[in-house]
Amino acid sequence: MSVQFVVPGSKSVSRPPSVAAYLVDRTFFFIAALGALIIIALVAYILWEIGGQALPAIRTSGAKFLINTGWDAQRGNFGILPQIWGTLYSSLLALAIGGFIGITIAIFLTQDFLPPRIAVIFRTLIEMLAAIPSVVFGLWGIFVVIPFVRPGANWLFEHAGFIPFFGSSLSGPGLLPAVIVLSIMILPTVAAISQDAIGLVPYKIKEAAYGMGATRWEAILKVIVPTASGGIFSALVLGFGRALGETMALAMLIGNSNQISLSLFSPANTLAALLASNFPEAAQPERQALMYAALVLLAITLVVNVFGTLILIWTSQKVAKA
Amino acid sequence: MSTAAVLRRPKTGTSSDIAIDCNVNKIFYGNFLAVRDSAVPIEKGKITGFIGPSGCGKSTVLRSLNRMNDLIPGFRLEGKVDFLGQDIYAKGIDPVVVRRYIGMVFQQPNPFSMSIFDNVAFGLRLNRFKGDVEEKVEHALRRAALWDEVKDKLKASGLSLSGGQQQRLCIARAVATEPTVLLMDEPCSALDPIATRRIEELMLELKKDYTIALVTHNMQQARRVADVTAFFSVDISKGGRTGFLVEIGDTNNIFDAPETELTKQYIRGEFS
Repeated sequence: MSVQFVVPGSKSVSRPPSVAAYLVDRTFFFIAALGALIIIALVAYILWEIGGQALPAIRTSGAKFLINTGWDAQRGNFGILPQIWGTLYSSLLALAIGGFIGITIAIFLTQDFLPPRIAVIFRTLIEMLAAIPSVVFGLWGIFVVIPFVRPGANWLFEHAGFIPFFGSSLSGPGLLPAVIVLSIMILPTVAAISQDAIGLVPYKIKEAAYGMGATRWEAILKVIVPTASGGIFSALVLGFGRALGETMALAMLIGNSNQISLSLFSPANTLAALLASNFPEAAQPERQALMYAALVLLAITLVVNVFGTLILIWTSQKVAKA
Repeated sequence: MSTAAVLRRPKTGTSSDIAIDCNVNKIFYGNFLAVRDSAVPIEKGKITGFIGPSGCGKSTVLRSLNRMNDLIPGFRLEGKVDFLGQDIYAKGIDPVVVRRYIGMVFQQPNPFSMSIFDNVAFGLRLNRFKGDVEEKVEHALRRAALWDEVKDKLKASGLSLSGGQQQRLCIARAVATEPTVLLMDEPCSALDPIATRRIEELMLELKKDYTIALVTHNMQQARRVADVTAFFSVDISKGGRTGFLVEIGDTNNIFDAPETELTKQYIRGEFS
């Protein structure tokens, strides 16, 4: 394939690579490129297919679909503002709770608070949370979380009901149990990725902090966590993405009620839960509207991920050069 | 550690000329005897150089002077390290307090991923300094001979500087709080010759205000900057690799008229 490279009179054992080695090289490149292309094609195809099926609904409802609040299959009147609100509200709350706990756990497991062996056990346990099926979380929420939080929630409603967050009673499914379960579901993602990020902070940086006379918490909060902030931010973005798309447990716990309320105790709905509960019995105009809703959900998660990536690139560049 | 004994700020003008009186009998990492029998007095206002072959324990001894070794599990010291008359290994002394009075510069430049200003101000904020932070930061950067190069970009990341500049930034960070003693653990080993020369000049300048202990693997560097030189070697006779102090004295004496055969061989470059 190329010009022979000859070293005259050489007694060296060195030889050019064999034809087979070159062939393996090429083949490997081809397979890798194909894999990458398939991913891109798949994303494009999904967008195309969902977009195509949603097109009639997009034509009839247009942007009003995003700000209407009713979902009436009989009259063909569809709007998903409550679902958008519920998706973002529940995900943000879950991110606040699950993110905080996840980062705390990551710090706890990486900064020598525990003997290494016990830290590994803890880590494995948390990762096992990720393996619990969504429907099991949903059942656990119905039979454990709701009865557990109901007395406290209703006490808050009676005594502090003037605060908008406690402005209704919790009769069963509702935002609060959904958020609690959602927090637990995103916790393994946040904890695992934050642990990796904190683990990547070089030892010499920790040493510098301790060398300045920092206490353990000063070293962690003022130096180690800020140094790992890029990775921790990615963990939060991924956790948020997971919360946005979570379906089964939410469909079981959130109450599937199309209302917009600040109250943590009122039932609500999310885009994913709407799709899961309405699809099985949907007839034609509703099906198209559901496809439109799916497209909106996809757009929200895409925007979140793209923004997350951009902010990450932007901050790491700021650290690198500035 | 709520009952931690407070390490009092040393009085100035103590009669003794010794800043840190280091009397190490034994240093262990777990069961491993890393260093034995090393008495190294660090004299005030001087640079004490630690030289010796690799594995001789010079860094271990240096790092036991501000209790950095406490970060390593299994570390144990037998002996006494007196910092201006107080045993820093006494029961109840918090290593964190010791490190606030005895600053350290490391082998690898290790600025924090924050701005140049924040790097230098780090220790001031840690010590809840209430005065003029900007003035202190400028002073420290001038002390570290870095001010002119960074005065227009104090908000830039400390990591944007070159290796030599980063090391001077770390020196500025260490001297900003005006610690009594500065420990330098091979501060030039990651730097090119020009940057090394600048740091050496800086050490001679800093000596006017600080007591410095310097570990170096470069004999010539000890010769150029150290007033007192301690030569360590490693004892492999008992199966382990245990470092110990061979000889300590005025730098000129160590290099020109060493007392032991081991030192002579090392100075002649017969082993390293």
